[in-house]
Amino acid sequence: MKKFIHDMLVVGRRNINTHYYILELKAPDVLPEIIPGQFVQVEIKGNKNVFLRRPISIHDINTEENTIKLLIQKLGEGTNTLSHIKSGEKLNIIYPLGNWFSKPHEDNLLLVGGGCGIAPLLYLSRYLSERNYKVTTLIGGASKGDIIEPDEYRKYGDVFITTMDGSLGERGLVTEHSLFKAKKFEYSMVYTCGPLAMMKAISRFAVLHGKPCEVSLENMMACGIGACLCCVVETRHGNKCTCTEGPIYNSKELVGWI
Amino acid sequence: MIDLGVTIKDLYLKNPVMTASGTFGYGEEFTDFFDIARLGGIFVKGTTGAHREGNAYPRMAETPMGMLNAVGLQNKGVDYFISDIYPRIKDIDTHFIVNVSGSTVEEYIEVASKLNELDKIPAIELNISCPNVKEGGMAFGTSCHSASTVTKAIREVYKKTLIVKLSPNVTNIAEMAVAVEAAGADSVSLINTLLGMAIDAERKRPLLSTITGGLSGPAVKPIALRMVWQVSKAVKIPVIGMGGIMTATDAIEFLLCGATAIQIGTANFIDPAVSVKIIDGIEDYLRRHRHNSVYDIIGGLR
Ligand SMILES: Cc1cc2nc3c(=O)[nH]c(=O)nc-3n(C[C@H](O)[C@H](O)[C@H](O)COP(=O)(O)OP(=O)(O)OC[C@H]3O[C@@H](n4cnc5c(N)ncnc54)[C@H](O)[C@@H]3O)c2cc1C
Ligand SMILES: Cc1cc2nc3c(=O)[nH]c(=O)nc-3n(C[C@H](O)[C@H](O)[C@H](O)COP(=O)(O)O)c2cc1C
Ligand code: FES
Repeated sequence: MKKFIHDMLVVGRRNINTHYYILELKAPDVLPEIIPGQFVQVEIKGNKNVFLRRPISIHDINTEENTIKLLIQKLGEGTNTLSHIKSGEKLNIIYPLGNWFSKPHEDNLLLVGGGCGIAPLLYLSRYLSERNYKVTTLIGGASKGDIIEPDEYRKYGDVFITTMDGSLGERGLVTEHSLFKAKKFEYSMVYTCGPLAMMKAISRFAVLHGKPCEVSLENMMACGIGACLCCVVETRHGNKCTCTEGPIYNSKELVGWI
Repeated sequence: MIDLGVTIKDLYLKNPVMTASGTFGYGEEFTDFFDIARLGGIFVKGTTGAHREGNAYPRMAETPMGMLNAVGLQNKGVDYFISDIYPRIKDIDTHFIVNVSGSTVEEYIEVASKLNELDKIPAIELNISCPNVKEGGMAFGTSCHSASTVTKAIREVYKKTLIVKLSPNVTNIAEMAVAVEAAGADSVSLINTLLGMAIDAERKRPLLSTITGGLSGPAVKPIALRMVWQVSKAVKIPVIGMGGIMTATDAIEFLLCGATAIQIGTANFIDPAVSVKIIDGIEDYLRRHRHNSVYDIIGGLR
């Protein structure tokens, strides 16, 4: 897949709350083909403490408007600086990067997102539902402020919610949701993105029930294009670059996951 | 007509801009962004006798105006390079130079002898300066005696252009350069990364799995410039300069300090197309200063 460096026009910035925001970026040209699970490398200007680009998942795309959306959590210097960008400004990105979630073999799919890890799952749920798959999304977070725009996912299927403090949906960890306590685990495949501990627990559960689980890793990156070998994860076939051979992996491939 | 060409011993480069080992893959990762045949040369990843998995994750930490890495020479070994990578790159119209590493002198000899047989690899860069491996690497490059021993051993088996890459983690880099020149090196390249460290104070832990790693990027440029200047005064062989080059102006500073050519490393991560901009920028500078050749500015510091 050909990669591009584009100066994107910021056409929208929306704060979800004090922790999360969404950027909408318009390409200078026709948007390249993008598949759910892929990411961009964003250049951050105006902060001398930020030197490298930051990898951010593609939250959704609009091929008519040639726009992409990014859902970003304010974590440190880079993501905080970027939160001040204004409509009309330019943002340089390299994209589309990485591999993608694989096409399911059977119907009835479960998507599990934790906090900002929900980011790549919006485009995935739309993509799958447009291809007539039944999609269910489970979203978890510390509190109701961490459950980002659940109505967006409701357009494509059922949505379940858990929060640690019980402020929205069921109380507890994502992995404690009643969906995992049912007699029979009815889903044919699980796609998940979020904190490592959450993804590992989800993956163990899926594998225990004989279902494949694809996870999206957020390893630290320098180049994002396979040149530096900094972003590796240990797999059954040796170290692999998360930026080119990931970020999406079948959890069975990963050492120490099951 | 402005002539950007330079020569490193018998090796003619169409321009002095090359990409640094470990930061440019095998060039293929960059073909979407620009025509890599425009480069003077491409230094490929450190290549060892056997396959190496490298160090555990995390291998990278961002630092002020730079980064630390501890990749640890992850590569599939010289035989894989010859069977799988060489056929793909050999007809690209630029020079591919292989960065050679090892844990023992025997391993360096094995890799260099095998590469000597490849028609389209006109040079090797002997990496005696990798700070990220437990054995070999930098250990060879921090004493004049061992640097000279390994250079001599390779000189015997390697007949084409031999570049030795120096470590900045020494007291007197000019002495090292003089030692490898005497041992038969055709050129020296510098600097490899500076040994550094970064920690997370809240978690009271190092940020790299190896605790220490190699510092690169603009943060190291003043040190690199100083070392290139010192080395180019001390040796007669051509010097290839690198360390923190982000712009054409940075590159020109290295040329003025005596480098015949330069390499671009970490900057490739921020702008994958930076090296062509640097080629064009050098040409622009020469035009503005009414020079006809890069040689007019090499060592031209007043
Ligand atoms: C493929 C991929 C997709 C991603 N998608 C998204 C997304 O859609 N939305 C989003 O908000 N974030 C996403 N991330 C994570 C995002 O890249 C980081 O949050 C961001 O780089 C942090 O930069 P910063 O400058 O704000 O924080 P920094 O100041 O760099 O870091 C703040 C703290 O977080 C730690 N940290 C930073 N990055 C990581 C990491 N990758 N893993 C573990 N710890 C880290 C640092 O060590 C530090 O303690 C993604 C990461 C990857 C690799
Ligand atoms: C991620 C990374 C990997 C590297 N791998 C190698 C290597 O395999 N062999 C080598 O001689 N130098 C290696 N280097 C060092 C660079 O080639 C170069 O000497 C150094 O980064 C300084 O230049 P820069 O500041 O332009 O990056 C590596 C540097 C980085 C950042
Ligand atoms: S981030 Fe450089 S290889 Fe993945």
